[in-house]
Amino acid sequence: MSLVEGFSFDLTVIWAFLIAAAVLIYVILDGFDLGLGMLFAAERKRGDRDVMMNSVAPVWDGNETWLVLGGGGLMAAFPLAYALILPALYMPIIVMLLALIFRGVAFEFRWRAERGAARAAWDAAFIGGSGLAALCQGIALGALLQGIHIDKAARTYAGGWWDWLTPFSVTVGIGVMVGYMLLGATWLVMKTTGALQERMRTRAWPLGVATLAFIGVVSLWTPFLQEGYYARWFAGWHIALAGGVALAVLAIAALMFRSLTIHRHEYWPFVLALALFALCFVGLGVSMFPYIVPTEVTIWEAAAPELSQKFMLIGASVLLPIILAYTAYAYWVFRGKVDPDTGYH
Amino acid sequence: MLGSFDAVLLARIQFAFTVSFHFLFPAFTIGLASYLAVLNGLWLWTREHKYLDLFRYWVKIFAIAFAMGVVSGIVMSYQFGTNWSVFSDKAGPVIGAPMAYEVLSAFFLEAGFLGIMLFGRDKVGEGLHMGACLAVAVGTVFSAFWIISVNSWMHTPVGFEIDAETGQFLPLDFWQIVFNPSFPYRLMHTVTAAYLTTAFIVGGVAAWHLLGQRRKRQLASPATRTMFSMAMWMAAIVAPVQIFLGDLHGINTLEHQPVKVMAMEGHYESHENGAPLYLFGIPNDETQRLDYALGIPKLSSLILKHDLNAPLAGLDTVPDADQPPVAIVFWAFRIMVGLGFAMLGIGLWSLWARWRGRLYAAPWLHRAALAMAPSGLIAVLAGWVTTEVGRQPFTVYGLLRTADSAAPLDAPAVGATLIAFIVVYFAVFGAGTYYILRLMSKPPSPDEPRLKDVSDGPIRSGGRAAAYDDAPQGAHATRTKG
Ligand code: HDD
Ligand code: HEM
Ligand code: HEM
Repeated sequence: MSLVEGFSFDLTVIWAFLIAAAVLIYVILDGFDLGLGMLFAAERKRGDRDVMMNSVAPVWDGNETWLVLGGGGLMAAFPLAYALILPALYMPIIVMLLALIFRGVAFEFRWRAERGAARAAWDAAFIGGSGLAALCQGIALGALLQGIHIDKAARTYAGGWWDWLTPFSVTVGIGVMVGYMLLGATWLVMKTTGALQERMRTRAWPLGVATLAFIGVVSLWTPFLQEGYYARWFAGWHIALAGGVALAVLAIAALMFRSLTIHRHEYWPFVLALALFALCFVGLGVSMFPYIVPTEVTIWEAAAPELSQKFMLIGASVLLPIILAYTAYAYWVFRGKVDPDTGYH
Repeated sequence: MLGSFDAVLLARIQFAFTVSFHFLFPAFTIGLASYLAVLNGLWLWTREHKYLDLFRYWVKIFAIAFAMGVVSGIVMSYQFGTNWSVFSDKAGPVIGAPMAYEVLSAFFLEAGFLGIMLFGRDKVGEGLHMGACLAVAVGTVFSAFWIISVNSWMHTPVGFEIDAETGQFLPLDFWQIVFNPSFPYRLMHTVTAAYLTTAFIVGGVAAWHLLGQRRKRQLASPATRTMFSMAMWMAAIVAPVQIFLGDLHGINTLEHQPVKVMAMEGHYESHENGAPLYLFGIPNDETQRLDYALGIPKLSSLILKHDLNAPLAGLDTVPDADQPPVAIVFWAFRIMVGLGFAMLGIGLWSLWARWRGRLYAAPWLHRAALAMAPSGLIAVLAGWVTTEVGRQPFTVYGLLRTADSAAPLDAPAVGATLIAFIVVYFAVFGAGTYYILRLMSKPPSPDEPRLKDVSDGPIRSGGRAAAYDDAPQGAHATRTKG
């Protein structure tokens, strides 16, 4: 079934969408909890920090599992892409993994530390780990977008181990940090009450503005990185699509800012911030499709054989709905506000 | 050339280091998850408070170990791509799918229900909470199922063809791939190993408190006694099973990877007429012989072939380039088997003490159990080293060499990250181990843990769960509004 030249809607496309969906779900779920980790730095009162951490403690592990699915799924469905991209992004990925170790164990160790100094150290690990992980994720995204050197015949990465470091990738990195903090702040507007909630409302403003600025800069920069992106966005009627996406981003941002000023809106700022992220992600998909290693390797070239894809699809179509159901259940069990005046500290 | 070799060697050290560290946690949490489910079930069934006390005691330790297992595991799933990209490209079509199944069927299950297991007793009710405990326990075993399947396929690859153009392994039959010839043995041996590991840690902690209470001339508390008794039953029943499974596993390995068995046994030379079982010796790869060998004639043939006079081929039949490093395999195997028999010894001793009615009043048994507390962890690592080093110089046995599997990375890059891993792992997991040991050093108390015990903050795991369990309604950390 060929719609466009070289395009056929097949298992490979389904898998590309599934992997993209896993990454999006990861960004949305872990985004707010990494952002919350960075916001820790600004909240110095122990009680506030306890509340913040407890708002994600029951769910962070599940959030991070989507990252494992993204990585594992990539290896399974697009082994060539996995083999090309991971060595190219060696440093940011390893640093991200190390950063995730620090913030992951902080969830447990922080409560075990008996001395103030040890607790402060794990708080610092939580802040630093969250920030560094976010930075590395953004850098990895930027480095992928700007393109990587490969030796296609030999099926290997052919660049150096510092290729990922460019002004563009660092800009994307910082943009992701800021965006995650916006998600974190709006999450806390939803999950907390009183003074902490008010502070988060105020913090969301500058974070929202900065996020918009980074979205603008990165969107205008991307088309000039590679021929293909330019054609994708600015050739012919595509420019109308680009304009449409830009308008939608602005509209959602406007709604988000408005709802930050409305006191009884506790859920909306978070929902709208998520929508902002989802929209950017769609834009990203439009830039990249059908390449998985931009402008070098398409999803079909990187795809695993049909039998592997089929075997996995059986599992995914049975298990993913179940996973989504019990993940939703877990969020529902721990819904509502984290009580700031709990009795035991 | 030299440069690329260095990068491969560093990548191997890095993989061995990170996976060994990672496996220490599953080896403990697989068993502990099941133990917690059993304790919770016993509490619901008998309503004897000691079971709830024990549950609360171990769940705090579980939460810490599990968190360390998760973060070190995430590293593993990316190591395949960062350090072994050529291997991933070639073997990905075969092993990728089972690994994706692991994420879908196991990791999500564990992660999804962990929160409810730790914090949810009050929120969802005891029945659903029990369900969550079971889900986590089952998740850990599913996880073992898939990852061991993948690993076993690398030892005994079947059900594929090799693409002439790309060199990729293309799957032909996933049933064959998943249930490859060494998989059932490796799965049973590894899961049983995890249960033993947990049993000996639990037994060691119980023994420590029995000794302490004896020193202070106190009566051993019911919770401590139960803990010790349960652990010793496990040792007595499971250790012999494990030895039996290990024997089966070895016979299977002889069929599929005879070279590995030669290395385990230290058989450099072939034996036409019954091979000896070497108890001791110093393998010398240079001269291709076992120095200072001390062996029992014909016993190896008896164990492996069930025939005193069966011929066994030695490493002299294998080209140098296809031999694993013998000394590592030889010693690792002896450490594992030695500990296996020591565990059996403890099990039998405990049966004797139990029969005499002195299980809780046998200080030497308690001292021995205490000394054996980490034995499972050591045996498990020794077992993996036997298995993995014995497979060298291949990653996919007989088909893909380790040297041809590595990513095209510069040695300094791999070296730098290796140092980072070593520093971070020892610092972070060292701290975690310290926290676990500190929790273990306190005996399980009859009112484990009450609100006042956790005055240092809402504790994510046990303490917080305790707050849910014991606190008056208003004191909940996360209170439901809607
Ligand atoms: C026999 C069992 C076993 C073995 C051989 C391994 N693991 Fe493991 N792994 C587990 C048993 C386990 C577990 C019991 O399921 C863990 C331990 C603690 C936990 O949270 O789950 C886990 C956690 C865990 C996680 C985190 C899951 C999460 O996000 O919740 C990942 C990504 C991996 N592992 C990946 C690996 C890889 C790539 C391995 C091989 C090199 C590996 N594991 C060996
Ligand atoms: C948790 C249990 C495991 C332990 C303790 C372990 C241990 C080791 C060790 C010590 C080596 C180094 C051998 C050498 O270089 O001489 C190694 C190699 C390797 N293992 Fe495992 N392994 C485990 C599980 C797995 C699993 C489940 C897989 C695959 C899914 C795997 C894949 C590999 C690969 C690809 C290598 C080759 C790299 C190398 O030679 O260093 N291992 N492993
Ligand atoms: C005396 C009894 C034992 C015997 C005869 C035995 C035998 C074996 C053999 C032959 C292997 C290597 C198989 C291969 O690579 O093909 C192995 C691996 C292993 N052993 Fe043991 N073993 C014994 C006790 C133990 C104990 C007590 C533990 C841990 C508590 C343990 C844990 C492991 C593990 C984790 C592996 C690696 C995974 C695997 O290949 O199954 N073993 N064992």
